[in-house]
Amino acid sequence: MTFTRRETLAIGLGGVAALALPMQAAAMVDDKIAAFTGGADVGEGGLTLTAPEIAENGNTVPVEVSAPGAVSILLLAAGNPNPDVCTFNFGPLAGAQAASTRIRLARTQEVVAVAKMADGSFVRAAQEVKVTIGGCGG
Amino acid sequence: MISRRDFLQAAMATTALYGASGFGNWSKLAAQQALTQDDLLSFDTFGNVSLIHITDIHAQLVPIYFREPSVNIGVGDNRGAVPHLTGGDFRKLYGIEDSSPSHYALSSGDFQALAGAYGRMGGLDRVATVVNSIRADRPDAILLDGGDTWHGSYTCYHSQGQDMVNAMNALKPDAMTFHWEFTLGSERVQELVEGLPFAALGQNIFDAEWDEPAELFKPYKFFERGGVKVAVIGQAFPYMPIANPRWMFPEYSFGIRDENMQAMVDEVRAQGAECVVVLSHNGFDVDKKMASVVTGIDVILSGHTHDALPEPVLIGETIIVASGSNGKFVSRVDLDIQNGRMMGFRHKLIPIFSDVITPDPDMAALIQAERAPHADKLSEVIGQTDSVLYRRGNFNGSWDDLICDALISEREAEIALSPGVRWGPSLVPGDITREDIWNVTSMSYGEAYRTEMTGEFLKVVLEDVADNIFNPDPYYQQGGDMVRTGGLGYTIDVTKPQGERISNLTLLKTGELIDPSKSYVVAGWASVNEGTEGPQIWDVVENHIRKLGTVSVSENNSVTVVNG
Repeated sequence: MTFTRRETLAIGLGGVAALALPMQAAAMVDDKIAAFTGGADVGEGGLTLTAPEIAENGNTVPVEVSAPGAVSILLLAAGNPNPDVCTFNFGPLAGAQAASTRIRLARTQEVVAVAKMADGSFVRAAQEVKVTIGGCGG
Repeated sequence: MISRRDFLQAAMATTALYGASGFGNWSKLAAQQALTQDDLLSFDTFGNVSLIHITDIHAQLVPIYFREPSVNIGVGDNRGAVPHLTGGDFRKLYGIEDSSPSHYALSSGDFQALAGAYGRMGGLDRVATVVNSIRADRPDAILLDGGDTWHGSYTCYHSQGQDMVNAMNALKPDAMTFHWEFTLGSERVQELVEGLPFAALGQNIFDAEWDEPAELFKPYKFFERGGVKVAVIGQAFPYMPIANPRWMFPEYSFGIRDENMQAMVDEVRAQGAECVVVLSHNGFDVDKKMASVVTGIDVILSGHTHDALPEPVLIGETIIVASGSNGKFVSRVDLDIQNGRMMGFRHKLIPIFSDVITPDPDMAALIQAERAPHADKLSEVIGQTDSVLYRRGNFNGSWDDLICDALISEREAEIALSPGVRWGPSLVPGDITREDIWNVTSMSYGEAYRTEMTGEFLKVVLEDVADNIFNPDPYYQQGGDMVRTGGLGYTIDVTKPQGERISNLTLLKTGELIDPSKSYVVAGWASVNEGTEGPQIWDVVENHIRKLGTVSVSENNSVTVVNG
């Protein structure tokens, strides 16, 4: 027998435990963004966030951010117990203001990126990434 | 009811369905036109390019019965839109007469009676006759296989897809894309793909480690036909590592990757493509969304969700063609391409009535040769059925009810789970052979597990699968249907968000509500987890049917659908 009991229960508990988090996590994300922007207004456009709609493996989800003209990009996983992923900083010699990495997602959630542009303005992009148990295809 | 003999003439007069010849409100045109046999075998050739599409054959080399679904709920913007209309609603939309051949081929209702009159559908030898007749009109027609070809039968399983590769090679397709093929394992896939005399396409098949296009599969291929440069871009099933066992093909990553699709369309246009065709295994609703996001695609040949539509659906300037499954249909699409623009099209969904279309002798001989070594095993009668056995439907089908009963009985479980796949032909009352059982169960991970799950986890499973079908955004849908449950009833509100759709989980044998903290013995099959142990599902089902002798499946009322 696989679909081992242990694995099964682990996934199940992960899915349920996460339900208790959203309110708290949303507040944490807002705080993180406020800390990054210093409370400035955040617009949209000029920042591309590329992530899969459904994660093939929640333990390693490829995410790419690109914002021509950005000096730094903050990346957050809004539904993780700790939403911090990283902040990419681009120096004046950076050939492109783009970066990709792989992140671990505890459950279905929004991945959020905020870019600080050279003029000091901020833009935001987000995408929902679904983390699913899987099974059954057409 | 129409007699078989009348049908041979009547069917020819009405079964071939015409789409429109040019953009416009073709839905108001008659979907059906009276045709003679000559009309069926000689399409009124149009424009300068012909496409032939067949998809989701699921290794059905010989004619089968296939009952179309009576429950296929659309959500979000697709509520009430094709292909989410069934039975009488579907016939009304397309002006199809009740009890007509088109009713039988395309929609549910009166299945048993109509199956008696109209007989089996499909058979690759009949398909070969149709393909040959199209090539007689248009020798350079492009034949495209949408995938799910090397999976789904006894002979396919035992030859690891070789029987289908041999048969399809004889049909000479120009390109193919993929889904269940990958469940043969990446090593076998590589071996077969390297030997293909045609293009293996998938712009969304990536190397998992480096997240760059996989070398074995090309994103697109150019064909110069009728003086027109046609680019065919492949789109494999996006959710292979989620819907099927990732450990069987760990080297590959998929996804919809519509930005890359746009990049490929732009690339082929820049290289002079005058016509862009996408050979897709996305599923119909995903293709509709992709057509609205990606610009520059003329035709999407859509597979995966097994829908058969008598007319293309137009999204922007892209037509989407759905060609059914299990060898039941072939689509022919003629295009008029002028100065890099699609000026018009003519489309015909050709139902393969096996008693009407003469088998191609070469293909018939090839199929016979593939089956001969297994003839005794295939034809062995295991039992009888009193009921129509079918699979398609969002929540249950009588084949899956029988499979769940077999799991509960043979694996001594309280609850059974059976995957919501859409492949697997139907049976009318009569004999059940071993081949019939394999047609609805055959796969490379068919072990029937037995485990314990808490009530809480059962709900998580159902919610998770429900969101894969009823998420209002098609990009979050995987195709397929709801996991089938035996011994377990529930209520589902398809309009609610994930986590809130499922309620009233009930253990049917006691009538008591499922206790979230209690553990239940659950048997199931087709687990995506590596190392799953248990007897093969086809053996479980065979043993169960042998014990019963004659199978009767009563109506299943265990799922209550709200807002369906």
